[in-house]
Amino acid sequence: MAYSDKVIDHYSNPRNIGTLDKSSKQVGTGLVGAPECGDVMRLQIEVDEVTGIIKDAKFKTFGCGSAIASSSLATEWLKGKSVDDALKIDNMDIVEELALPPVKIHCSVLAEDAIKSAINDYRVKNGLSPIEDNKKHY
Amino acid sequence: MINLPIYLDNNATTPMDPRVLEAMLPFFIENFGNAASRNHAFGWKAEEAVDYAREQMAALINADSKEIIITSGATESNNLALKGVFEMYAEKGNHFITVETEHKAILDTCKHLEKLGAEVTYLQAAEDGLITVEQVAAAIKPNTVLVTVMYANNEIGVIQPIKEIASLCKSKGILFHTDATQAVGKIKVDVIGDGIDMMSFSGHKMYGPKGVGVLYVRRKNPRVKVTAQMDGGGHERGMRSGTLNVPSIVGLGKACELCRLEMDADTARISKMRDRLETELLTIEESYINGNTEHRLPHVSNMSFKYVEGEGLIMGVKNIAVSSGSACTSASLEPSYVLKALGLDDELAHSSLRFGLSRFTTDEEIDYAINHVKEAVNKLREMSPLWEMFKEGIDLKTIQWAEH
Repeated sequence: MAYSDKVIDHYSNPRNIGTLDKSSKQVGTGLVGAPECGDVMRLQIEVDEVTGIIKDAKFKTFGCGSAIASSSLATEWLKGKSVDDALKIDNMDIVEELALPPVKIHCSVLAEDAIKSAINDYRVKNGLSPIEDNKKHY
Repeated sequence: MINLPIYLDNNATTPMDPRVLEAMLPFFIENFGNAASRNHAFGWKAEEAVDYAREQMAALINADSKEIIITSGATESNNLALKGVFEMYAEKGNHFITVETEHKAILDTCKHLEKLGAEVTYLQAAEDGLITVEQVAAAIKPNTVLVTVMYANNEIGVIQPIKEIASLCKSKGILFHTDATQAVGKIKVDVIGDGIDMMSFSGHKMYGPKGVGVLYVRRKNPRVKVTAQMDGGGHERGMRSGTLNVPSIVGLGKACELCRLEMDADTARISKMRDRLETELLTIEESYINGNTEHRLPHVSNMSFKYVEGEGLIMGVKNIAVSSGSACTSASLEPSYVLKALGLDDELAHSSLRFGLSRFTTDEEIDYAINHVKEAVNKLREMSPLWEMFKEGIDLKTIQWAEH
């Protein structure tokens, strides 16, 4: 299968690989996927205490090139956004940006799930209730 | 200077040997005759070339040239053997024995026959990919007509105990077929010595052309017959009709001859390179060889690199052409059924690469491949959350994964 140039770029030069201190109250961690499915994403955000802006985002992904690119792109998009705006990131935006073929849409879904899961972890740590995800993915 | 990408997927197909092409060329335009034309020199010439090629094929496997049934490839040979026996020996019984790690050309043919009333036993391979003759013996029933076990596996290269199984079948009066596509031309295969009744193989896995293969069908002790699956002019002793593909047959004959003459030298050289590749890659932490290493083809290596995903790895090693046990690329997201059948963890089955060397592989190419794979594995592990957890001593089995 041919990958798009953007997928190849993110795969070859992944942005924001790394680990944030998951015990910090300002850090939210999302771990989604499963080894037997061939995809595991860990996405972390660090939220500024005062402004509520995501000041750092890091990821590590076990998966195909599209999964790596989806999570790399997600961290780029997250940085500088407010937590509320981050919740608006839709998997189809990732699909469009990376020109993912239909068989790779699940990679974008996983990235969206990772964002939501990281945000919820942050919310729970800070005494807020988790956001329910009622979205249906197609 | 080496040319990139490097081809290390020779279990999928091999390049044709230039000497094979040379042998074929006169049979496209100059000598284009139909080998079945009995009335003129055009036909005689074609027939002579086919007869000679059949001798070359027979010599490689220690058969008689009359026992060579030419087909379009191993898939057709497997279909003809299984379906042909099912029809021909229907009165004798309807039970087949095979192995769950066979090629799809065997497994899907068995599934088809089950719909037509066959009963099939699928033996389970051990963790090293091998089955035992005792397993076969235990599966035999009064209505068993055929045992089919592949000579060597296409994904991991393990060589089954063919001689023992064939001898058991003979003692029980059951036919024995083997899909020897990966073995013929690479290791010594002797239909008499091994006691094989029927055997499939293909031209394009042994430096010959694509679209041509053989079903060996024994003529003596016992005389085996299969019902034709392609009806027509009664070619190939009535078992496979269709005008003979003379250039390809000549090519396969030449490929067989080259393999017969050069096998020992090729094997010595190729297995040395394969072993070096493996030894070097095993220095990568958490890397494993899949399948038995004692009974194995000399040119194959299937390795898993834990905590990296196969498709991502394939993308990382873009300068070498290899295949992955992870079939994500085919959209099924299923790891290899062969590796799963060996009881491999999903992580390992997902993170495997199959290296297949050929007579054209060079030491420089192996050096390049070693470094390329090492770099890719290290890079992907740097970004793998599973590798990080492993390094922190977390048992991945204790984690509640959110399956999707």
